[in-house]
Amino acid sequence: MGGLQIPLEHVLLLASCLFSCGLAGLMLRRNLIFMLMSLEVMLNSAALAFVAAGARWGQPDGQIIFLFILSIAAAEVAVGLGLVLQIQRRFKTLDMDQANRLRG
Amino acid sequence: MMESLFYGASAIALLATVAALTRANAAHALIYLIVSLLAVAVLFFLMGAPFAAALEIVVYAGAIMVLFVFVIMMLNLGEAGNSREREWLAPRKWIVPGILAGILLLELVLAVRHAPASTSGIEVPPKMVGLTLFGPYVLAVELASMLLLAGLVGAYHIGRRFIVRRDFSRPGDNS
Repeated sequence: MGGLQIPLEHVLLLASCLFSCGLAGLMLRRNLIFMLMSLEVMLNSAALAFVAAGARWGQPDGQIIFLFILSIAAAEVAVGLGLVLQIQRRFKTLDMDQANRLRG
Repeated sequence: MMESLFYGASAIALLATVAALTRANAAHALIYLIVSLLAVAVLFFLMGAPFAAALEIVVYAGAIMVLFVFVIMMLNLGEAGNSREREWLAPRKWIVPGILAGILLLELVLAVRHAPASTSGIEVPPKMVGLTLFGPYVLAVELASMLLLAGLVGAYHIGRRFIVRRDFSRPGDNS
């Protein structure tokens, strides 16, 4: 699986497009589950940029940073989904505008 | 041939992401998100990172998305949730964030447009990744493990009261 010569800026463009999609989703959606999904998309696009940079120089460092991003995403999703369950239980809605007070 | 595979997978990733973030139904959005993650895994494989591609499928599209599925099934939003989502997706609500994100995308595009480089086409084997991971990066591995432990404890603590406990043998209960 060698010899694929893709211009690096195309991969970076794809990563930035995905990041913008995630950012737009984070800003425009009010549902907590969709906001978490947008965060996943943003983390994934950052990982894509790292792996592309690692492929640019043929070094394993990009994939290693990808591993760390993966563990961060796993921890973030675990805590975030726990929060989703609690917010649904307390407020009976997933609308973040309803859950904007710190006191439950 | 390989280049067309790359651009095809890129298009699928982008379209699936856009579709995922504009759905009203959370379960449908999840399917699109999984398609997007699989397309990104194909990109990793084509760029010569088979280990990252495998982990993308196993951990991202597998484990993390299964967590989402569990939560969506537990919440059981149903048709009322869908209509409420459609109401939240009215154009006057997303047009401003969309424009802002578009401006940021434009700046990013201008920033990376003239990068005179290409991917090397050299495959980085998993063995090399492992040797580097437990060589110079071993401290970061320890930090990642502490982060995962903190995530585990935090998720348990937050979701603790959601789990209904049934005490069958309560001490001091004589009945």
